[in-house]
Amino acid sequence: MSRQKSQRIAFAILTILAVIVVVPIVLVVAYIVVQGIGAINWEFLTTFPHHGMKEGGILPAIVGTVVLTFGTAIVSIPIAVGAAIYLAEYARDTWLTRAIRLAIINLAGIPSVVYGLFGLGLFVLSLRLGTSIVAGSLTLGLMTLPVVISTAEEALLAVPQRFRVVSRSLGATRWQTVRQLVLPNALPGILTGIILGLERAAGETAPILFTAAAFYLPQLPRSPLDQTMALPYHLYVISTQVPGMPLQVQYGTALVLLILVLSMNVVATMIRSRFRRRRQW
Amino acid sequence: MVAKISIHHLTFRYNDTVALRDVTLDIPANEITVIFGPSHAGKSTLLRCLNRLNDLIENEETEMTGQILLDGQDIYGPTVDVTELRRRVGMVFALPIPLPLTIYENVVYGLRMQGESRKELLDARVEQSLRQAALWDEVKDRLYEPAMRLSGGQQQRLCLARILALEPEVILLDNPTSGLDPLSTAKVESSLAELKAHYTIVMVPHSVQQAARIADLAVFLLNGQLVEMGSAEQIFTRPRDRRTEDYITGRFG
Repeated sequence: MSRQKSQRIAFAILTILAVIVVVPIVLVVAYIVVQGIGAINWEFLTTFPHHGMKEGGILPAIVGTVVLTFGTAIVSIPIAVGAAIYLAEYARDTWLTRAIRLAIINLAGIPSVVYGLFGLGLFVLSLRLGTSIVAGSLTLGLMTLPVVISTAEEALLAVPQRFRVVSRSLGATRWQTVRQLVLPNALPGILTGIILGLERAAGETAPILFTAAAFYLPQLPRSPLDQTMALPYHLYVISTQVPGMPLQVQYGTALVLLILVLSMNVVATMIRSRFRRRRQW
Repeated sequence: MVAKISIHHLTFRYNDTVALRDVTLDIPANEITVIFGPSHAGKSTLLRCLNRLNDLIENEETEMTGQILLDGQDIYGPTVDVTELRRRVGMVFALPIPLPLTIYENVVYGLRMQGESRKELLDARVEQSLRQAALWDEVKDRLYEPAMRLSGGQQQRLCLARILALEPEVILLDNPTSGLDPLSTAKVESSLAELKAHYTIVMVPHSVQQAARIADLAVFLLNGQLVEMGSAEQIFTRPRDRRTEDYITGRFG
């Protein structure tokens, strides 16, 4: 077989493999859209469920997920960005930074249900926060840390070292260099990481199962110490716990969750591509 | 001769490599001192010792002994403010490294870091520095464009202007024309010749020819050791040391 021919065959195989990656995502999205689009209307998005959740809308679950995502952001962004700045800009290679990096890697590998159990033990019970938005946000925030720290650190390290040297040679302090030069240039990358982390938090069920989520609430949460409904948990409930649930409502709920998460993804992609076009180095 | 900078028995080591070995040297004010020699002679290391840029080396172990005095004051002394030192002793690097900011913001960067925010002062300093660096006429209508859009030669003059805006006393230039075409090189060289009236200039040149063109005082380094120093006229026409002569005439290097 000639080299050109084997090259063509290899190319064809690789193309097929790449296409195979795309197929499931297209199928999943298409299936959910087809099954669920009929359920979606203004009432579905803006009213409470009634008649054993078989009828009505999913407003409290939507609100709950948005609130929990904000809570997660408040918990994780300062810690994660601070840690990333420390690791990328200040830390030298010591036992401490090695321990921190090891902790981040391990944190990323912990199954989400274990976070849920940990949140139950620490936040709900020991700290007496009860099953609440605060406890859920803290748990989700913790789970989000590794993703945000790693992407933020990468974004910071991607800013060329020579800019730091020049900045210092012009009499800037280390912090001024970070604040004026490194952070603004790394910001789009950091934002992308934050959104990807929050997107994962928004779709998780296990961490809020014991820490924040309610089966059904007749009203929207009034304080951070209230329980809340949430889309992923609501989907779990209506798919497994409610007999005779109309299929369309289940897929409608899934579709709303999917749209929420995918639109965050789109925003992240837009930030990234916009920045790539404007970037000067 | 009044020494602006006095270097006494300077030895500098990276890990196990000795980059400078017992260098003693006086650098006069208002002249261009050129430090030349083959690769790995320690020229850049010596330059970087003068505004403590070697302090920023993180992944290698470094050790310095000896003393460097600026106007009689030890720049490695415990009470020295390093950021202030770097304002007084500015550095232009081999490759132009404009910051990812506008032309204007590049020039005022150091001033802003000192907390200067008066618009009139910044504006005036931008014009003055760009004029001194022979760049004003080319960029005066595009001060708010990204500095990265300038040509290589313009970028390097911008880096010079950025240092001048801080009104330093000493300007260090580490092979500042390495990436430039002959015309741009000539512009940088003529700027330097004008600037020496007000500043102390220490430069690692691109070539022996460049050293001979612009130096007042010439210092020849080889393998981290100072071989010979003297007026440019003497070094480039009647070198005393055989190794200097061999290097200048191109027998090695």
